Amino acid sequence: MGDLFEPYCGGLTGWTRAWDEMFERCPGTTGTLDGGGPLSPRQHYLPLHHALGALSASDVEARCAARDRSFRDQGITFSLSGEERPFPLDLVPRVIPADEWETVRSGVVQRVRALEAFLADIYGPGRIFDDGVVPRRLVQSSPHFHRQAANFSPPNGVRVQVAGIDLVRDAQGRYRVLEDNLRTPSGISYVIENRRAMTHVFPELFGSYRVRAVADYPAHLLAALRAAAPAHAGDGATVAVLTPGVHNSAYFEHSFLARQMGVALVEGRDLVCRQGVVYMRTTSGEERVDVIYRRVDDEYLDPLQFRPGSLLGCPGLLNAARAGNVTLANAVGNGVADDKAIYPRVPDLVRYYLGEEPVLANVDTYVLEDPGQCAHVLEHLDELVLKPVDGSGGYGLVIGPQATDEELSVLAAKVRANPRGWIAQGVVQLSTSPTYTGQAFEPRHIDLRPFAVNDGEKVWVVPGGLTRVALPRGSLVVNSSQGGGSKDTWVLAPTGQARERLAASGRHDYDGTAGRPRPAPVGPVAAGLVGQQQQQQQQQQQGQPRSACDRHPPC
Amino acid sequence: MLSRIAESLYWLGRYVERAEDTARILDVHFHLLLEDRWVDETATGRALLQVMGRPAAPQDGSDALSVTQALAFDTAYAGSIVCSLSAAWDNARGAREAVSTEMWECVNATHEALPRLVEDAGGQMPHAFFRWVKERCAILAGLSESTMSRDDGWKFLVLGRSLERVDMTARLLSARYGDSLGQAGWVTTLRCCSAYESYLRTYQRAVDGSSASEFLVLDRLFPRSLYFSLRAAEACLSEIDPRSGRAGVDDAARRYLGQARAQLEFSSAGDLLADLPGRLAHLQDRCSDAGASISERYFRPAAIVEWSA
Repeated sequence: MGDLFEPYCGGLTGWTRAWDEMFERCPGTTGTLDGGGPLSPRQHYLPLHHALGALSASDVEARCAARDRSFRDQGITFSLSGEERPFPLDLVPRVIPADEWETVRSGVVQRVRALEAFLADIYGPGRIFDDGVVPRRLVQSSPHFHRQAANFSPPNGVRVQVAGIDLVRDAQGRYRVLEDNLRTPSGISYVIENRRAMTHVFPELFGSYRVRAVADYPAHLLAALRAAAPAHAGDGATVAVLTPGVHNSAYFEHSFLARQMGVALVEGRDLVCRQGVVYMRTTSGEERVDVIYRRVDDEYLDPLQFRPGSLLGCPGLLNAARAGNVTLANAVGNGVADDKAIYPRVPDLVRYYLGEEPVLANVDTYVLEDPGQCAHVLEHLDELVLKPVDGSGGYGLVIGPQATDEELSVLAAKVRANPRGWIAQGVVQLSTSPTYTGQAFEPRHIDLRPFAVNDGEKVWVVPGGLTRVALPRGSLVVNSSQGGGSKDTWVLAPTGQARERLAASGRHDYDGTAGRPRPAPVGPVAAGLVGQQQQQQQQQQQGQPRSACDRHPPC
Repeated sequence: MLSRIAESLYWLGRYVERAEDTARILDVHFHLLLEDRWVDETATGRALLQVMGRPAAPQDGSDALSVTQALAFDTAYAGSIVCSLSAAWDNARGAREAVSTEMWECVNATHEALPRLVEDAGGQMPHAFFRWVKERCAILAGLSESTMSRDDGWKFLVLGRSLERVDMTARLLSARYGDSLGQAGWVTTLRCCSAYESYLRTYQRAVDGSSASEFLVLDRLFPRSLYFSLRAAEACLSEIDPRSGRAGVDDAARRYLGQARAQLEFSSAGDLLADLPGRLAHLQDRCSDAGASISERYFRPAAIVEWSA
């Protein structure tokens, strides 16, 4: 074991219950870091462990410097409390074997399909209310339930063009869903840029792995957006990405996606609605827009319907969408389905709409509206994680075991005042992965956000995802807004697949003889060069000034 | 092309050119004073500040260091090199999906390195800084040349660059007429534009005021001459809007530039030089009119509507 893995050899107190991605006890199978006995890398991490172990501290520093320079030059940053920082990418990738990934993929697809059906139902016929699976009150009391979206079906029925499903692994290594993001999930640009940076900085790590590519995400997204276009647009639908502007923390991603899809990146002030049709202002007049991939929150999208003071949206957008003249992706009102109050019921939604058992389980969650569960939670606040239902980005979250008594009593008062506003979960021991901390590879907690794209025919999950890592030792909060970093996520191709694909696409190995020969240098340059150089050298040696008649080089 | 993006590219072109030309002018100015101790440092400095649109306040110095400080490093003066480069970055950032990745990286890396370079320049050795600015601008020009599609975005970028170049060369020439250097200063002027060698090859004789001005105003082949830059700007405008009626030109910006160009082109050298400062001032006004007209026609800013009571 290399020196940099030293922390894994000893002194790993405090990591007793988490599943480690890279190491397991040998020969035991508990997978966690507690107990005695030496650690050994899991099978699918062996080559990576070997390659990383061969590095010296100075090697690693040099790679870090190259990585930081590359991110800084590209301006890949996010704002943390008003300050622009380069997105921290850890040097150790996360590896997911093909069979494990298949579980994740099918679970994510299943969940997205169920949530799509749920949204179509609650904004349409409301069967689920009639059948008593979810109370109408719970849905309609959500601040993200928008009547503006009711009784309206998008052109191809898709409301969730893009979903990001946050997963964690429990102490047994099982993937569980922590959160659904159906509004404007961000992070895909980091998935793609992380991969690019890793291939530049650590080409040798890829050596014996067949890592599946993530770079075709924008093509899938564009296809899904085109598929969602209103009927009038035909094949040539005009797509635009709507951003709040350069000061938004995810602006890099908005511009990245627009660039990679080759579509316009618009701000609210570039758009104008007239007679229920949306146009963008161009140098050659107004151009009609058919699909808007909007990265502006519902509340800011249309001052006529939501916040009247918003300058980020465009007045009239919602009526244009309801008139079927433009498609908004993701649809307005999706927030009700990723509300944390709905979260505990998603397994029921899967059973109700799809008639299947959920592939991915939830994290065990208490519904505080139930008086019995609420009382239990209030007694055990110091053992649980409490989350505000309408919060995101880790804001407002309280981790019981890490909170002071004072914080807990304030929390208890808040929960009693508004049980609908909170959910409680057991402390999930997020899995750990070796992470470079400046001196060595130490375990840090990670999660995983796979991204799903729904084009109406099929839900496609990008083979990879955003692995976020909580950089402070022992921290469980991975949000980049709370000081988290990320890892490149390698999903391995099933054995044999790559070769078949290569054969199917008709590509052949490069045949070195096929290239055209480079023409031999001819003409006055080549012919005269040697003689001219010799003469110039002689000239120097003789130290004679050139005469006027010597202006043309003699050939 | 989105109006907002077109405007950003136009200003990206302008600001980068402004930074580069200012660096050129200051580089030569600063070192001229060192090489030639007979030059009246104060008068030259004042003339330069005047013509760059930043008249020195009485309490400001106009020695070489103060002038450099004011025109290169002053973060409070919008026309300084530092501010121009920042403004260029701002515009590139807003138009990031419209420029190539390489161009963006160049602009961004320049912006990132700027504070360090300013610190290194430290007021005492600005040559390294000027050289760096010129190099970064040249790299950007090369990258846009080799990586950008010749679509409307490119045309607005080149349009901005060409208009700014006309303006800056006109200012430079005006400065020459306002200073006390006489004929000796013309070599400096040509050097500011990297035109000295090209001038020598063209005229094959020593530099004098009339042929140097003629070269910088009218040369058809040199890319920084007024004529050449005006032509480039006109070409961009006519490509952006290729509809031309049977008679005349209905694009006001093109008319302004075309008239200005024709007045220079079809004047005799004697007439031209007899009232060069007046003509240059007129030319700058026409450029400014053209800029306003371009903005009016293509960048039509949306009125900001707030819907709250």
